[in-house]
Amino acid sequence: MVHQSDLIEHDIHAYLKAQEEKSMLRFITCGSVDDGKSTLIGRLLWDSKLVFEDQLAALEVDSKRVGTQGEEIDYALLLDGLQAEREQGITIDVAYRFFSTDKRKFIVADTPGHEQYTRNMVTGASTADVAIILIDARKGVLTQTKRHSYLASLVGIKKIVVAINKMDLVDYGQARYEEICTQYGELAQDLGFEEITYIPISALKGDNIIATTSQTLMLETNMPWYDGPALLTYLENVELGDRATTRPFRMRVQWVNRPNLDFRGFCGTIASGQCRPGDCVVVPSSGLQSKISRIVTMDGDLGIASAGQSVTLTLEDEIDISRGDMLTVPEQRPEFADQFEAKIVWLHEDALLPGRSYLLKAGSAVTPAQISALKHKVNVNTLQFEPGKTLEMNEVGVCNIALDRAIAFDAYVDNRHTGNFILIDRFTNATVGAGMINFALRRATNIHWQAVEVDKQARAEIKKQQPKVLWFTGLSGAGKSTLANLVEQKLHSLGKHTYLLDGDNVRHGLNRDLGFTDADRVENIRRIAETSKLFVDAGIIVLTAFISPFRSERAMAREILEPGEFIEIFVDTPLAVCEQRDPKGLYKKARSGELKNFTGIDSAYESPENPEIVINGAERSAEELAGKIVMELFG
Amino acid sequence: MTHLEQLEAESIHIIREVAAEFENPVMLYSIGKDSSVMLHLAQKAFYPAKPPFPLMHVDTTWKFREMIEFRDRMAQECGFDLLIHTNEEGARQGVSPFTHGSALYTDIMKTEGLKQALDKYKFDAAFGGARRDEEKSRAKERIFSFRTETHRWDPKNQRPELWNIYNAKVKKGESIRAFPLSNWTELDIWQYIYLEQIPIVPLYYSQVRPVVERDGMLIMVDDDRLKLLPGEEVQMKSVRFRTLGCYPLTGAVESEAATLPEIIQEMLLTRTSERQGRLIDHDQAGSMEKKKQEGYF
Ligand SMILES: Nc1nc2c(ncn2[C@@H]2O[C@H](COP(=O)(O)OP(=O)(O)O)[C@@H](O)[C@H]2O)c(=O)[nH]1
Ligand SMILES: [Mg+2]
Repeated sequence: MVHQSDLIEHDIHAYLKAQEEKSMLRFITCGSVDDGKSTLIGRLLWDSKLVFEDQLAALEVDSKRVGTQGEEIDYALLLDGLQAEREQGITIDVAYRFFSTDKRKFIVADTPGHEQYTRNMVTGASTADVAIILIDARKGVLTQTKRHSYLASLVGIKKIVVAINKMDLVDYGQARYEEICTQYGELAQDLGFEEITYIPISALKGDNIIATTSQTLMLETNMPWYDGPALLTYLENVELGDRATTRPFRMRVQWVNRPNLDFRGFCGTIASGQCRPGDCVVVPSSGLQSKISRIVTMDGDLGIASAGQSVTLTLEDEIDISRGDMLTVPEQRPEFADQFEAKIVWLHEDALLPGRSYLLKAGSAVTPAQISALKHKVNVNTLQFEPGKTLEMNEVGVCNIALDRAIAFDAYVDNRHTGNFILIDRFTNATVGAGMINFALRRATNIHWQAVEVDKQARAEIKKQQPKVLWFTGLSGAGKSTLANLVEQKLHSLGKHTYLLDGDNVRHGLNRDLGFTDADRVENIRRIAETSKLFVDAGIIVLTAFISPFRSERAMAREILEPGEFIEIFVDTPLAVCEQRDPKGLYKKARSGELKNFTGIDSAYESPENPEIVINGAERSAEELAGKIVMELFG
Repeated sequence: MTHLEQLEAESIHIIREVAAEFENPVMLYSIGKDSSVMLHLAQKAFYPAKPPFPLMHVDTTWKFREMIEFRDRMAQECGFDLLIHTNEEGARQGVSPFTHGSALYTDIMKTEGLKQALDKYKFDAAFGGARRDEEKSRAKERIFSFRTETHRWDPKNQRPELWNIYNAKVKKGESIRAFPLSNWTELDIWQYIYLEQIPIVPLYYSQVRPVVERDGMLIMVDDDRLKLLPGEEVQMKSVRFRTLGCYPLTGAVESEAATLPEIIQEMLLTRTSERQGRLIDHDQAGSMEKKKQEGYF
């Protein structure tokens, strides 16, 4: 018996203590229809006492009704769950089964072997540590065997058990067994498995399923020539080698925990590596760094946490982190990119369409994404590359994918938990694809953000320019607005980010409450200067076109900006020319006394003393003058 | 990590994912041992905050009295928002397991009651404590199980679930049932309750209780709504319950197990699966599958 019945009966406390140390193993069984998957799992459940008496009673009844074993028990019926499929006698989906021994708890994904069910196998295999590939001893290695092995390697399973089943039907012959081992060894050569274990079994009769005493002593066994482990012995002892723990620290934030203003915890499951309070962490998307201050759990703070644990981390600094962000070690950062190459398994009847927008979900990070190119398909039977325009259900392809925004990830071969994603149809919400990332593409690679505060410089850099104020000053009609407009057009065509503040857009809004008294003129210019300063802070090149007659206000504007940012452009057009132009008839009104406080007539214009640029608006065409200003400033 | 640590971490991951992805989730609280574990995990997932969703109990009005007392005490002690919903129409019509039979009664008071409550509060996700090892049809259940606008489950049209990435997208009116305990077995649940000292309803422990034998099951006489049939008599027996539901439908087992280790011991030494104590599963072969399609958990 697999469970220690004695201990259970006589010292339940000791038994419970021992149970606390149990580990967990997930595996899948793959094989073609009728290779014996269901029978094998049924037997494992049976032998580990996981079948209860009432289930057995039901099993006996069912065996007679729909079983394939005549009057004998059909273990497969323990497995084949849904009514419809029981009547068809086939497994139609992934089913999860549980059994345990004193050493381990096992989760088995029972995945069917039909041609059209690649998707089920990939689903079942995605969480498995070990794959059991069933081979019918009579049939040997088949096309399907190759497919199952490829899919197991595709989803990153490193340990394979080749269970050569129905040995009872080949007289338990060693030669046949060895022949199949050789065949399989050739097939698996390029699949990158770390460990392949061959076990000859009979799922139906129970040979080499669990280690019985007589088998251990090699007495009365049907296969005395086999000296390897029984299947269950292997499963109980196979090294799970916590490789995830030795890899660099990664955790995607699932939830930001803020019960009150004093606590800000980042919740997630550690995908790889370990962390301790005091460790530096970085957020690849922003480049911001901090240190872990606490690892919080309801059972008290932890001194260390490792891959697989669901934890809540608090950091020393208040940095901006939200769901979908990844916390990682600064020394070994993940990729951070918006394009990558990936293998995709298509799971849905509606074929993949390159160019269509799907939702990509990688851990807790979700972003729209497109397949920008389907490079080739992989024939899962021959492993040959084939060209293709779409991927149909159960097909595997290598694709380039472009995301709407960059995310952090690793190559799937390096990290199964940070290199995977699913694709969701944005209209039907169906899960349509499963992806395994190969590598980041082009420019996207490894441009890690510096931890910059978003300041004037950052804003300016993103616009690739030096923010400035081009302060046009001069009499009414001197040509300030005309010139400012032309200069702005030229800068814009050079790709500069500009903004023009003019009488029109300021007087009617921001300064609507101001008239033309000296006090109001001062206030007018002060507000324009302050507004210009804000635009400069935003990284923009500002042009202002106001008479701005007083030196002190222009000096004030110069002072509130940084050295070099204030460019005073004196449009020095003689009064006579201005008065002659008189585009709005204002000089006339001023001369006739209808208009009070008009600059140049009954209000002073204080000429600049050291303007950066002086233009005589009467000398040349506005177009030429504007060109001259741009040349001088942006040469 | 030990197997229980792994199971715990995975469940917490699922619970957080639901809280993060849905606008209006709810945790269905059946007061049983699985619910107790689920509640405990929800507290762990959001500690030091409270879980960001309410608990909801669909009260058929035929639960054991001790269950109701326990429910109210737990809600108060844990500070959860507790919503209680009863199918008032059914209650008004006097639908009971005795008058309508277990199948119809369950359909009206439990399945309908649940759908009413989900519609009333417009929940887009509901946590349930179901496990895959409970019953064959559940072995294929997803962790995020999609339900149509009419709460139906379509076993042929489920979303594939890979790794620990869950598709939480639903349209208005559709919903997800989330099962954080999917990969736990009955033994895991008991061991975890033992290890974490999680409070459970005292009915799980043996005690001398009044029972009658009916249809091969021991039914507890929990209140005077249970009318004795000719030939039946109330007996005092040391019994406990392996599973808790509506008292007229839940069979007790004779037992002396009065502590958690004794319960676990008894469970390991007997080979009768826990759902046997529930009348509803035996109505017809594959009946659980049918009930699930109609919206029962
Ligand atoms: N003789 C013999 N028959 C077997 C063995 N394993 C399975 N079978 C039979 O092969 C058939 C298919 O088995 P089943 O477990 O349903 O295969 P599945 O489709 O892979 O799940 C059934 O009739 C089994 O009884 C074995 O080791 N020896
Ligand atoms: Mg099968």
